[in-house]
Amino acid sequence: MPGNRFNAYQNHGVGIGLRIPHYEHIFSRKPVVDWFEIISENYMIDAGRPLATLDRILEQYRVVQHGVSMYFGSVTAPDPEHLKRLKHLTRRTKTPWLSDHLCWGSVDGTYTHDLLPLPYTWEAVHRTVERVRMVQDYLEIPVAVENVSSYAAFTGSEMTEWEFLTEVVERADCGILLDVNNIYVSAMNHEFNPMDYVNAVPAHRVAQIHIAGHSKYEKYILDTHDHPVIDPVWTLYARATERCGPTPTLLEWDDRIPSFEEVHAEAKKAERYRHRQRTGKTPELAGAAK
Amino acid sequence: MTAHANGHAMDLAALQREMAAAVMRPLTPDEGMRPTAPDGRPMTEVAESFIAPNSRLTAFERLEIYNRQYWFRVLNALAEDFPAVRAVVGSRRFEALSVAYLTEHPSRSFTLRNLGSKLPAWLAAHPENAGRRHRLAVDVARIEWAFVEAFDSAEHDPLTLEQIATLDGESRLALQPHLRLIALSYPADDLVLDLHHREKQLTSEAGVRHEESEGAESAMPRLRPRPTWVAAHRIDLSVYYRRLLREEFQMLSALRSGITLAAAIEAGFTGSRILDRQRAEQVQQWFGTWAELGWICAPELKALH
Repeated sequence: MPGNRFNAYQNHGVGIGLRIPHYEHIFSRKPVVDWFEIISENYMIDAGRPLATLDRILEQYRVVQHGVSMYFGSVTAPDPEHLKRLKHLTRRTKTPWLSDHLCWGSVDGTYTHDLLPLPYTWEAVHRTVERVRMVQDYLEIPVAVENVSSYAAFTGSEMTEWEFLTEVVERADCGILLDVNNIYVSAMNHEFNPMDYVNAVPAHRVAQIHIAGHSKYEKYILDTHDHPVIDPVWTLYARATERCGPTPTLLEWDDRIPSFEEVHAEAKKAERYRHRQRTGKTPELAGAAK
Repeated sequence: MTAHANGHAMDLAALQREMAAAVMRPLTPDEGMRPTAPDGRPMTEVAESFIAPNSRLTAFERLEIYNRQYWFRVLNALAEDFPAVRAVVGSRRFEALSVAYLTEHPSRSFTLRNLGSKLPAWLAAHPENAGRRHRLAVDVARIEWAFVEAFDSAEHDPLTLEQIATLDGESRLALQPHLRLIALSYPADDLVLDLHHREKQLTSEAGVRHEESEGAESAMPRLRPRPTWVAAHRIDLSVYYRRLLREEFQMLSALRSGITLAAAIEAGFTGSRILDRQRAEQVQQWFGTWAELGWICAPELKALH
């Protein structure tokens, strides 16, 4: 059976993020693309060009919504206006599932507009689970939470990030948007083995996978989405697809965006790993734990 | 729970408030995190109270990454919405006023779209932040914020001129939500259009802005103050500016406030030099134009009686 209940049993294939510099190419050339991911907040407006453009895309392509400001881990409740507009948009796009980040970013109604990491504590598990359940119930579609890349760890953490993720998704009964680039970035910044993370994730809950590039600095790595995917991230992707089966995959490229063809070609590299998974040929992973 | 340096346990809410305060605190001139907290504690101590170091970075340095990212993000977002204000006051002054504005008005919305909503009023109340072109900068900020609102605000079914003609003086009307009315001290709308055009030329195909030189401020045409009234509105998904007569501006503003049609017409001619005998014809002409532009809507169905 393709997919799982966290992605509405859809196997969308390999998609890319819908970005403004590519609109002209998409509308004039009508390229074959498995699906597009949109940033929900860009379309949670009343009217105007963004929504008109989205409607044109929806006529021809499958679209999945990805959010950046639900902040499942924030202690203060979500803005009702945010939820209302988000639900309204899901009706428009008919997104089969919806994702946002396992992080926090607002407190007492003030927004940082960043994806801030959570301390991996039981208190954070309980708070986050409550909020994921509330959002999922309100939206009435499957919700997947995405692991974020992080640059700071907390003194009070009581478990690993993958244990935290597992506790949240099992208790909230939600899906996972597994970002293998974020795993790599966090692994380098926090000095753990990224393969341990991929091997520990509850594979049956993975609704979608993100791949992306990043920027390396002298002392840390930043998740910048402005480069091609590097080989170690492809290795993590290969292992993830081996464990999760055919899973909708999305390439994120958000800054210094190259041509549509270049972005799409980079995304389609994922096909070779998905193909190997289907044919059982994953030679570079022969020794990896199942 | 995370242990505070002072021995008290820090729960999740306290940690988020402490971290948000640190992340949103303005940077030093060389874009680093400030060494002391507002309460005088060293930031090394604040960071170490909840952030663990690794083999390459101290707790301070790890928190600083988020502090820097916050400011780069919000400053970029504000600069994208107000490129003409930036050009009028100069890049350095614009960054300084952005930091001051965002410190007083951090985002209270889930979307960055609303980040600049209070900038025009804030700038008007803080002339010290805009330099010698303060009044012009305020006008330009008003126009640019009106653009943001006209770009994606709702569009309701407009009334036709025939429908409007059936109304009496006690009727109440509404304006198209995307129509924004702006009263200016300078005829700054053309300047904004010109600066936006220049901005487009400075932006690469991939949407990456090139750094603008400080010289842009002095390269601008000199404008003389002149009361000006402008409507920003949307036609076929694009935003346009349209000059209005003072009477039109007053009448439309009065209509938007919800008063009766007769009272709005009267309010429109407050202080007007248009001769009484010309007014009826003028009103008819304006309503014809506004109806053609789709600006007039019904607030509720019974208003059409």
